Amino acid sequence: MAKTHVTATVNGEPAEFLCEAHETLLDVLRDELGLTGSKEGCSSGDCGACSVTIDGRLVCSCLVLASEAEGHAIETIEGMARGEQLHPLQRHFLQEGALQCGFCTPGLLVAAKSLIEHHPDPTETEARYWLAGNLCRCTGYDKVIKAVLGAAAEMRGAAPAAATDEARVS
Amino acid sequence: MNHVSDPKKLKVVGTRPVRPDGADKVTGRATFGADMRMPGMLTGAVKRSPHAHARILSIDTSKAAALPGVKAVVTAADFPNIPSEEAFVGEGPMNFRDLSRNCMARDKVLYEGHAVAAVAATSPAIAARAVELIAVEYEVLPHVIDVEDAMADGAPLLHDDVFTAGVEPK
Amino acid sequence: MRYVAPATVDEAVAALAGATGTAKLLAGGTDLLVQMRSGRVRPDLVVDVKRIPGLIGIREEDGAFVIGAATSGAVLDEHEGLKQAWPGVVEGMELIGSTQVQGRASLVGNLCNASPAADSVPALITARAVCVIAGPKGRREAPVETIATGPGKTSLARDEFIVEFRLPKRPPRSADAYLRFIPRTEMDIAVVGAAVNVTLDAGGTCTEAMVVLGAVAPTAVIVTAAAEALVGSTLDDAALAKLDAAARAACKPINDKRGTIEYRTKVAGVLARRAAAIAFQRAGAR
Repeated sequence: MAKTHVTATVNGEPAEFLCEAHETLLDVLRDELGLTGSKEGCSSGDCGACSVTIDGRLVCSCLVLASEAEGHAIETIEGMARGEQLHPLQRHFLQEGALQCGFCTPGLLVAAKSLIEHHPDPTETEARYWLAGNLCRCTGYDKVIKAVLGAAAEMRGAAPAAATDEARVS
Repeated sequence: MNHVSDPKKLKVVGTRPVRPDGADKVTGRATFGADMRMPGMLTGAVKRSPHAHARILSIDTSKAAALPGVKAVVTAADFPNIPSEEAFVGEGPMNFRDLSRNCMARDKVLYEGHAVAAVAATSPAIAARAVELIAVEYEVLPHVIDVEDAMADGAPLLHDDVFTAGVEPK
Repeated sequence: MRYVAPATVDEAVAALAGATGTAKLLAGGTDLLVQMRSGRVRPDLVVDVKRIPGLIGIREEDGAFVIGAATSGAVLDEHEGLKQAWPGVVEGMELIGSTQVQGRASLVGNLCNASPAADSVPALITARAVCVIAGPKGRREAPVETIATGPGKTSLARDEFIVEFRLPKRPPRSADAYLRFIPRTEMDIAVVGAAVNVTLDAGGTCTEAMVVLGAVAPTAVIVTAAAEALVGSTLDDAALAKLDAAARAACKPINDKRGTIEYRTKVAGVLARRAAAIAFQRAGAR
């Protein structure tokens, strides 16, 4: 079967690729465009490791056919940092230790960025429910939520979180 | 209990270092196994038993092997028949025969999902198609999923040569 | 497999009519792609309806709402007018999946996937929603409760598809509510779903009602006796007890890992009460 030619915008840059009808956007991001930051965790839209945004809308890229991307703007984890300058969410994840194996991390970051864009001042409950579609086996989520709320506060220009503990010995 | 005589000598303990692989993980740059890409690389796929307990009567791999793009098809027949041998392999004893059978079923499948064949092909789609083309004939045997049922007289036996030492009758 | 994204309704109908083999419609894809990936469905043709004008979007026509069939749950949740008029319809849709799933999932997909546990269906029925269906002979309308005929089955012909949902203009002092029970907090399939839509008079007495249960039978169940328990009442204890009993009596659920028949039946009564209380409270506040 002949492949479809698709033109889209990915992380702000024009992108084009060929894809088979059955291929998902996740397949194409990873295999055609070399953007392996988005992960395949479940292929059923349950784990969120494949999270991207399409025209600003948070979706699971494993549930989008690559052909559907025609004419749309896709944002992935690779578009979050500006060169070497990390997004506040990325910094807060590092500061809080909100990751261990890191497999769920790109999806969580993309989802959290979308949360803050839609709700700049989320409550803890709102953050937890928004991120319910992002599963993490390692961290137990607590540090993730702390990082997300801290980053949201920083992005609102709220008072910075207390300085992390200085080196101390009991 | 603090065995350190001079706390000022501690350089890392008591600090909150950012994990060294953190930046790569929060940017999506970190390469996990599934993210590796090399020119000409092959993709593997495994044919798994749909039955919890069954005898393997035959495996026909001819159609899979003939599919363009398939570079290898293997079954237990392609591996040596490892004899029974117990060894301590780290956390406890294992029998190499059972270990090898678990990698690929020989004669019998012992759980749904037990590998019976595998393929290597030039793309994930071809590998998946090849797996579908492998024809396995099973003689389905009874199975139990309850401890009481497993202990009952006449319960199905997975291994007819495994006995509990010191129990009579065998 | 072939993928087509027709630009008009007629093109879509022609694609469906001319398809040899299995043709599947694609709106949000949050059911179809899961089924494709698991091998449960292997379409020869996928017809993406999202580029057809009118399939995505919400508009008001003299107090009635017209919802494009492929409109995502996320878009529904951002429409203040729709949420104000039909909170039960919107909250039913919003319970489906995660934020990511909401970004794509649609009313038409939830309806036509025809799961007995579909969360958006009970409130659409209590809303008296009508589907506008396009086919080779033009358009026809059908009440939403006539679409799902059994698990995974619809009454639509293979060359038809739903283009929009119409919700009627609401009378004053009327409101709806939808509740569902799941074993987890999020991301699960309804064990029971209950939708209630009521209209009250100036004194708070119910003049009109509909109660629909989901996940307790092969398709959503319109519980006439439950509605009768509400009409003429102010939702006093006697009415609630009759409602509870009627809901339980209408259940024909299955036993599975999410709940036994007894459990689902009991929860149906509980959710019917709670949904009725919310609907009454919302209607009374208008």
